[in-house]
Amino acid sequence: MRIVFKTDYMQDIRPWKDGYQLSLYLILLAVVALAPWWLDDFYLGELTNVLIWAIAGLGLMILTGHTGQASLGHAAFLAFGCYANVILIEAGVPFLIVFPLAGILTGIIGALIAIPALRLHGIYLAIFTLALSILMDDIIVLTEPITGGVAGKYIGGVEIFGFLVDRWGTPRAFYWLVLAVTVLVTLGYINLLRAPLGRSFIAVRDSEVSAQAMGVDIARTKTISFGLSCAVTGWAGALMGLYAGAFNNETFSVVISIQLLMMIVIGGLGSIHGAFFGAIVIGFLPQFLSISKEYVGAVIGGNTVAIPGLEFGVFGLILIAFILFEPMGIYGRWLKIRTWFELFPFYRKDMFRRQKSYLKTERLR
Amino acid sequence: MDNVQLLISGLANGCVYGLIALGFVLIYKATEAVNFAQGDFMMLGAFVTIGLTNTEYMGLPFWMALPVSLGIMGALGYALDRLVIRRMFGESQTAVVILTIALGFVIRFVAGLIWGHEPQTLQNPLAGKEVRFGGLVLGMEDVAVIIVTILLTWALYVFFSRTKLGLAMQGASQNQLAAYYMGVPVKRVQGLIWALAGVVAGVAGILFAAKGSVDPNTGLLGIKAFAAAVIGGFGSLPGALAGGLIVGVIEPFASRYIAAGYSQIAPYALLLAVLIFRPHGLFSQVRVKKV
Repeated sequence: MRIVFKTDYMQDIRPWKDGYQLSLYLILLAVVALAPWWLDDFYLGELTNVLIWAIAGLGLMILTGHTGQASLGHAAFLAFGCYANVILIEAGVPFLIVFPLAGILTGIIGALIAIPALRLHGIYLAIFTLALSILMDDIIVLTEPITGGVAGKYIGGVEIFGFLVDRWGTPRAFYWLVLAVTVLVTLGYINLLRAPLGRSFIAVRDSEVSAQAMGVDIARTKTISFGLSCAVTGWAGALMGLYAGAFNNETFSVVISIQLLMMIVIGGLGSIHGAFFGAIVIGFLPQFLSISKEYVGAVIGGNTVAIPGLEFGVFGLILIAFILFEPMGIYGRWLKIRTWFELFPFYRKDMFRRQKSYLKTERLR
Repeated sequence: MDNVQLLISGLANGCVYGLIALGFVLIYKATEAVNFAQGDFMMLGAFVTIGLTNTEYMGLPFWMALPVSLGIMGALGYALDRLVIRRMFGESQTAVVILTIALGFVIRFVAGLIWGHEPQTLQNPLAGKEVRFGGLVLGMEDVAVIIVTILLTWALYVFFSRTKLGLAMQGASQNQLAAYYMGVPVKRVQGLIWALAGVVAGVAGILFAAKGSVDPNTGLLGIKAFAAAVIGGFGSLPGALAGGLIVGVIEPFASRYIAAGYSQIAPYALLLAVLIFRPHGLFSQVRVKKV
């Protein structure tokens, strides 16, 4: 049992709770930064993939987890960031300028799209963004002269200060690039949540009416949230493009959008940790399934048959289990376990009980 | 004459969209939840009927298999509500949406396991027959689809607006707590509506499988039906059918008269336009916005 004494007002808004917590995260950062020395290249690549998904998850988390606007269309912004990045690099602009620009452009597009979407709530917004994601596929095909259409585009490595950073050639350098972006985005996110803007996001999520009563400009807040969310997603898309090396209109399909939303639900909506936990599930599930399939095949003695759609079936089952039994996701479960240890003999079962509400229609007064 | 032919085939397609959209609207009207797995329900209904009738499976006579498969679909819908959806009672709408998307994944996976991933058609007595009407040659299936859809929509509409149970369903959605006070068994009503949605999905699946082939990914058609439901205004049964017809008719005409590449955008572009300019659909039910 550990008690944090409050001796200073700054403690309330400091990004970390106490030195213990800070040192834990610094150790984690050091371990992850040194990953190239304790992981082989295959798993390093997988870890890179997980980090990229985590960035995308952080992007969606701003909008869905903290502002409460469910989006089923973030693959469209992944695609936009990816294409913006590659097209600008092909135009000869250096990567260090292109990369931030790709995110910012995606953010601006996102904010523009948010303006008509502001009138929509809940399910309607989800459908709006879903349609957007489907349309993005066709838009990429239609703008073939710029985007390469169905044939797609290829990107090798990029140069940063004369160093070649390439997914295949220099996987370590690429890993550190992704890690740096992840750390920067995460720090930015933590700071955002401490700032008035982040607080107003959460206020809008919890109740639009009371947020408005407290003086939060809802339209402005939602637009900024959309913009920030899309900017981060755009960066993730740019990194995804570099990671994949080749992509076309079908790379960022509507399935990716759905997967992204499900990922942050599994991880835990409304927490930064959730994006990372979800990304780990998404990133390692295929490997886990193929390994366990081999294992099962060896035990039963049958040959390993490919089961199409297995990954999505298992993914769906995991998600259903989480929504039914642990709606706060992996992070929620972790929080409970941690609280149990921290309060050791005093943990009570109902400490995390959620308020349920009776349903009322939005269609009639 | 060509255009009329195009119109009829569009209408028949639109009726299938409309039927899936009816399933969405039924559940939305009675429980305020959106069932993203409705398209996969339809696919499942089609496969259940194929499994019962087709000679390579059980080979039952078509007219005998029909009620059995509809019964199975109804039971599945009820079981789903009982085992999964009812636990979500009192949770947010978004959670239910995500849950049903996940359900869709699972249904697609299970259907693929049982019936394989090859496209299959339903062997039915209407196949290959034609109706000649003036100079028009219409497939018997198309005519059957249109007639069945119109009858079903009308029956559901009457059911919702005239019968006691239908009104209880509407009441349960408009204000759960008040409905409880008025003696409406809200949970049982919710189970019944899921069963009804299962049956409607079964009908849609049978009609769809009779017209063309189904494979486990056919359920993704649900997204188009979704567009239909939104265009018609979520919450209005005739609106859902109208939305389905609009989407169904736009498609063949767009692919004929608009340059390739732009044509498949048409339904979604319409959807976005409707959402931007009339966010609650063409047949809107929203009167005063809730604070």
